Amino acid sequence: MREQAMVLNTNPLQRIPGVAVMLVLLCVVFSLMTPGFLTVPNISNVLVQSTILLMLALPMTLIIMTEGLDLSMGAVLTLTSLIVAIVALATGSLLLGLLAAMAVGILFGTVNGWLVAVVGIPPFVATLGTLGMAQGLSLIVSDGQSVVGMPAAVRGVYSGTLGGVPLPIVLGLGSYLAFHGLLYHTRFGTYIFALGGNREALKFAGISARRLLILVYALGGAMVGLAGLLMTARMNSGHPTAGLGLEFDAIAAVAVGGTSFERGNGWLLGTLLGVVTVGVLRNGLNLLALPSSIQVASVGLLVIAALFVDGLRSRS
Amino acid sequence: MTDISKPITGGRMLFSDEMIQVFYRLLAAFLICAALTILTNSFFSLGNILNVLRQASLLFFIASGLTLVVLTGGLDLSIGANVAISACIAGTVIHQTGSPTLGVLTGIGVGGAVGMLNGVMVTALRIPSFIATYGMLWVLHGITYWYMGGETMHGFPAGFRQIGSGYFLGLPIPVYLLLVFLAIGTIFAQRTTWGQEIYAIGANPVAARLSGIPVARRLLLVYTVSGAMAGLASIIFLARLNSAEADIGESLTLPAIAAVLIGGTSLFGGLGTVFGTFVGALILTLVLNGMNLLSVNASWQPLVTGVIVILAVWLDMKTRRRAA
Repeated sequence: MREQAMVLNTNPLQRIPGVAVMLVLLCVVFSLMTPGFLTVPNISNVLVQSTILLMLALPMTLIIMTEGLDLSMGAVLTLTSLIVAIVALATGSLLLGLLAAMAVGILFGTVNGWLVAVVGIPPFVATLGTLGMAQGLSLIVSDGQSVVGMPAAVRGVYSGTLGGVPLPIVLGLGSYLAFHGLLYHTRFGTYIFALGGNREALKFAGISARRLLILVYALGGAMVGLAGLLMTARMNSGHPTAGLGLEFDAIAAVAVGGTSFERGNGWLLGTLLGVVTVGVLRNGLNLLALPSSIQVASVGLLVIAALFVDGLRSRS
Repeated sequence: MTDISKPITGGRMLFSDEMIQVFYRLLAAFLICAALTILTNSFFSLGNILNVLRQASLLFFIASGLTLVVLTGGLDLSIGANVAISACIAGTVIHQTGSPTLGVLTGIGVGGAVGMLNGVMVTALRIPSFIATYGMLWVLHGITYWYMGGETMHGFPAGFRQIGSGYFLGLPIPVYLLLVFLAIGTIFAQRTTWGQEIYAIGANPVAARLSGIPVARRLLLVYTVSGAMAGLASIIFLARLNSAEADIGESLTLPAIAAVLIGGTSLFGGLGTVFGTFVGALILTLVLNGMNLLSVNASWQPLVTGVIVILAVWLDMKTRRRAA
């Protein structure tokens, strides 16, 4: 099984078909069914809307590569988004808001990592527990109300452009490149591959798997803090259920992108394509005037289908 | 009690390890009761205690089926969403046909069917249970919201409502149902071959397969039972609330998992009891009830439940010296 994982890592071309074929197929179907789909404003819209998801899906890929999972991301995103809103409202400073949000994100990530790596609680239950905590804290800090009246700069983060390119896309691309560099061109990245595929080797190399795991989850928390800024900017307010269920879209993007839940091999470009696939699916169903509930159900089916295919692959 | 999952540790003791674990938890429940009696005026009243029992039994119905799943080393994250869809479809059936019996059967049937689908994903498609049932959660969530379209169903026959809010000889009807299912669950898990096979699968799936236990069929059964119990819970919720909404079960998954884990069922499978889960449901209900009586804002409930889940797993890992 490990040998197979290594083969797949060295030749990612083998994987392109799955997610890319699905993406192209969805695009073709939606272009035929609705005239509004294949237009520059709509495609740009899909990409802009996908950036928050990308910021969750990138660290989620690394976490799943370590045979972990972070179910708390959506709830922590809600919390960090509220914190951006509250701090920006109180101090008028966007930077302070971002820093506070990232600090809270990193705190939650570190707690997740500590529970998983040091205490040894299975990741899905540890992060389910912290999901409850973040959900509770969101209700407590916001008193169940929306936080409104943001300074003008907040909105600018989402609607602004840099050299004609929407700012969220710049941030999303920047995050992708940073993660790509981190995973494929640093020792840290190599260790992450080892963490999922070959923990023994790490031990012999004298690397602390615990510290590494905590770092991976904390990195996820930092990204959730950054995504919190975008979320607040997008809605121009903080809302106590803003990020509800977004961790599922992130898990969906990672699963569709071909990262395996059981074999510790990940593929970052696949995650990028997976994020766009989930974005296109939601956007297309939206244009077809199907309610958001159907979108949620379709993403669920997408995950089950992707995992089924992954299961077939691991058996063959 | 013959527990084939337990490593042999020497001579036979008067009390089994399982019984001691449950005893500690009962003690904790009594201590919480004592503390609440001292701290609040309203805790130690017949009305409130019956209320706690009723709440605990609602939680127990969902958590008891889940216990079997966790005993096999799996997890069912879809139970809350399953309660919602079962309640909404059963509600429609009662409104359309006017027959509560048909409604009850529908609720349990829908729940069981969803559970069986979970079982198929876990066994035939070999998807890890936590992620398969997590996907199912969102599929059900979407379908329920689409089906209800933001509507709320009101007004069910008075006879049907008795299931959730009626009394018999001074005790709420759900409490009787609780006793029945507690007995069935305990006998099934401890005294039947199938029950013991479930422990064996959780303790060591490979050994279970090699010793001729039909692992896939037992897993299918366990997930179906978990779904059917969620369906049963949905009926009682429906009867208690006298209304059905798409978000009816949303906040139930975490408390149900908490009840199972507080009750001493190990997340790693093979260890735990249905009775323990009852005590777990009781403890969690007491804590939430106490917070309510001490006028703690309800916003704190998910936070406290989350902390309890993690503490419960941590305690389980500390107190049971078990090879990972």
